[in-house]
Amino acid sequence: MLDQGVFYFFAALAILSAILVVTRRNAVQSAIFLVTALLATAGIFLNLNAEFLFIVQVILYAGGIMVLFVFVIMLVNLDVALHQVQFNRQWFVALIVSAVLAAQVAAAIAVSRRTLYTVPAAPAESLEPNTERVAFYLFHNYMLPFEIASILLLVAMVGAVVMAKKRV
Amino acid sequence: MNVIMPYVLPVLFALVIVALLPLLAGYIVLVERKVMADMQVRLGPMRVGPHGLLQPIADAVKLLLKEDIIPENADRLVFWGAPLISVTAAMLALAALPIGPFFQIADLNIGLLFILGVSSLGIFGIVLGGWASNSHYSLLGALRSAAQLVSYETSAGLAIVGALLLAGTLSTRGIVQAQSATGWWFIFVAPVGFFIYLVASIAETNRAPFDMPEAESELVAGYMTEYSGFRWALYFLAEYTNMIVVASIATTLFLGGWLRPFANTPLFNFLDYLPPLLMLGVAGYCFWRAPKQPVAVQKMFMVAVGLLCIALTLALAMPLAAPAGSLLASSKAGIHGAFWFLFKVAAYIYVFMWLRFTFPRYRFDQLMRLGWQFLVPLSIVNVMGMGLGLALHRQLNWPAAPALILGIVLTLAAGAYLLATGEKHEHPRVGEEEETSVDA
Repeated sequence: MLDQGVFYFFAALAILSAILVVTRRNAVQSAIFLVTALLATAGIFLNLNAEFLFIVQVILYAGGIMVLFVFVIMLVNLDVALHQVQFNRQWFVALIVSAVLAAQVAAAIAVSRRTLYTVPAAPAESLEPNTERVAFYLFHNYMLPFEIASILLLVAMVGAVVMAKKRV
Repeated sequence: MNVIMPYVLPVLFALVIVALLPLLAGYIVLVERKVMADMQVRLGPMRVGPHGLLQPIADAVKLLLKEDIIPENADRLVFWGAPLISVTAAMLALAALPIGPFFQIADLNIGLLFILGVSSLGIFGIVLGGWASNSHYSLLGALRSAAQLVSYETSAGLAIVGALLLAGTLSTRGIVQAQSATGWWFIFVAPVGFFIYLVASIAETNRAPFDMPEAESELVAGYMTEYSGFRWALYFLAEYTNMIVVASIATTLFLGGWLRPFANTPLFNFLDYLPPLLMLGVAGYCFWRAPKQPVAVQKMFMVAVGLLCIALTLALAMPLAAPAGSLLASSKAGIHGAFWFLFKVAAYIYVFMWLRFTFPRYRFDQLMRLGWQFLVPLSIVNVMGMGLGLALHRQLNWPAAPALILGIVLTLAAGAYLLATGEKHEHPRVGEEEETSVDA
């Protein structure tokens, strides 16, 4: 009962802020609502006992990526951008894309409707040591994919530095 | 009833912390002014109360009564909310800190990550406050702050990883218990990590010598230039709460948390008598100075402070005097643990002040260079050295001491190399300035 209430609160908050992100004209306000949406998602993770995912969401998205976003947005001259007429209205395309996405989600729910409710709930204590569990699977079962992903990230990082620098 | 019961004690602790924090922050400001005055051979605040002891209260009243100004072209909602974000984030981080073995709001499985993640959200308060003020000084302060916090969070996080490898858990209580089990505080096992964390935490709390975001000779007051009255006080509260948070992280992780020095050696059990004796000494000093105060009110206040110290003495001494096995005697770990934890936090904050009044302010490009070209590489090498030492110890069964010392020596060698090569880049010639990440 309490769990459901908390879930609906965070879900409503996430959807509301997501709508505000795309409807606000002021980029800084959009960024603030994006932070709220990300934090609400983190709240849902926490509600599901996924503590580690919760804190990774907070540290990486809210605390890391969004700070850089806001940082860059503030360097843009907002007053000018606000008064410019926008020509990039693409309601039609956006509508089609959203409709396709909604249909996909609806189809997925409809297909898995029967199996979804028959999945037994995991016992509470097996969820407890979250961080250790993530670490174990990451470095034990999925060692190779994890290392490949980290090398990919490293290459991307070095590439960004090389491209940003005039002379290396 | 059973649904509510588990929440009663944590909520009570949270209320105590939230109620005491503004007072504590006020007195940290007073201590800071007194320490500054002492280092500059002055007396500091002396007027309000004996030796300025009531100054924080007077300041708080002044700030509450001050006119609250919102600039005309400011983004009102963001301007209004930004200080709240800073304060909330800073206070939320206190939730996972173990102030003594019993006094803790929540012992989370992700404890330390929670503190780091939540306190890093406080930067939004600074950045948004600076932007919403619609002033160039504020915006520049906010930009500097964002750049500085992002840079130094990296090295602080990596410094923490080094000590976490030793503890093997993220739970703050588990970290202290790990230090209790080995009998070594992690500062002695990971000294380089502690040094990196010390420097990075000063930068993260925006304090001198790294107080670029509010360098008054350059930016008036940085991101809080346009703030006044209570909102300004909220920023100040957030700043001092952050100081307490980073000091508590350092205490928990490196300085043994609530553990007494030499907690496992019975020979040093006499140290248990130190806290009550210390309090008794302060009380005696207050009573001795009381008759020498010029005004009757000040005499009374001095006596009141003395009585408060006597009460603390009794609280600290009673568990020692009580017969073993009684409830009072078993509360010793909690009461004395809280004393040692707060004592260490206070010592760490004193080091902050000491450094502030000793070092001149860095330039912004020097700050960035120190962060990215020295601290970040050093902290990465530190994690690797720590990992090497622990792998040799745990997997190849080396004895602990040589393995860990090998790791530390390798880290120090890397640090010396960085220092030696960094000298060459120190002064870029005119016309070929290095591109820094931010030209604020």
